[in-house]
Amino acid sequence: MTNVALVLPIQSSEDIVIARQKVRELAIKAGFNVVNQTKFITAASELARNTLDYGGGGYLTFEELINGNKKGLKLVFEDQGPGIDNIQLAMTDGYTTGKGLGLGLTGAKRLVNEFDLWTEVGKGTRISIIQWT
Amino acid sequence: MDRIPILKMGEHLLVTIQVDMHDQIALNLQDDLTNQIAKYKAKAVLIDISALEIVDSFIGRMISNIAGLSRILDAQTVVVGMRPAVAITLVELGLTLDGVRTALNVEKGLDILRTALKR
Ligand SMILES: Nc1ncnc2c1ncn2[C@@H]1O[C@H](COP(=O)(O)OP(=O)(O)O)[C@@H](O)[C@H]1O
Ligand SMILES: [Mg+2]
Repeated sequence: MTNVALVLPIQSSEDIVIARQKVRELAIKAGFNVVNQTKFITAASELARNTLDYGGGGYLTFEELINGNKKGLKLVFEDQGPGIDNIQLAMTDGYTTGKGLGLGLTGAKRLVNEFDLWTEVGKGTRISIIQWT
Repeated sequence: MDRIPILKMGEHLLVTIQVDMHDQIALNLQDDLTNQIAKYKAKAVLIDISALEIVDSFIGRMISNIAGLSRILDAQTVVVGMRPAVAITLVELGLTLDGVRTALNVEKGLDILRTALKR
């Protein structure tokens, strides 16, 4: 069962702050423990920053999930930026085309239960992550 | 508010990061700290992050930058008050805060500095 809760713009660094707060609020509501909450918010923060810095801005969609007695939270980060040319390279620890640490994508993937990346050069990038209680 | 206050404690500087920082605040902090380390000839910078619910690679990079700047100006950096969940998350994220000491709280941080600066 899914239930679209909300869509937030990611167009400025203030939007990242707001997005993080919303993720935290919904993670608590879903009943995540503190470690799971912290991991998920951190992953969201990394992906939101990529959406802004590399995707030229975009949107974050929240979905609340229920599977049996488990609750989950799905976040979809979407932009219509340049896309990722070499996914394998981008998914390597320490690889950055900017001035970051190159840990956002790989780190986010490690921090969540489910990670899904779609990208097309010239079209944009869409990354969804899911965390379960 | 666009600036994080820097407190002078004897030979040390203390910053308590409280706000959910956006980029400009983080950049201002680096500038302000550089100026004040030089101005007061500070021996160490204590960064209290006990109020931070998360540390992502952006904040991690900022802390590393501050440690790097401090080192050039001959001051040490001690990060105090990192929450256990944040520490666990940083390991999984793959972020190592090279050249940064950590302590449970400000008091323990000052203990570390007392010992380190005696040499
Ligand atoms: N939304 C995006 N659109 C285009 N390129 C992206 C996007 N997200 C990530 N990338 C590319 O993947 C690289 C790695 O991203 P990441 O692991 O977060 O490290 P960093 O942000 O430190 O560069 C980026 O440097 C960038 O080239
Ligand atoms: Mg990144």
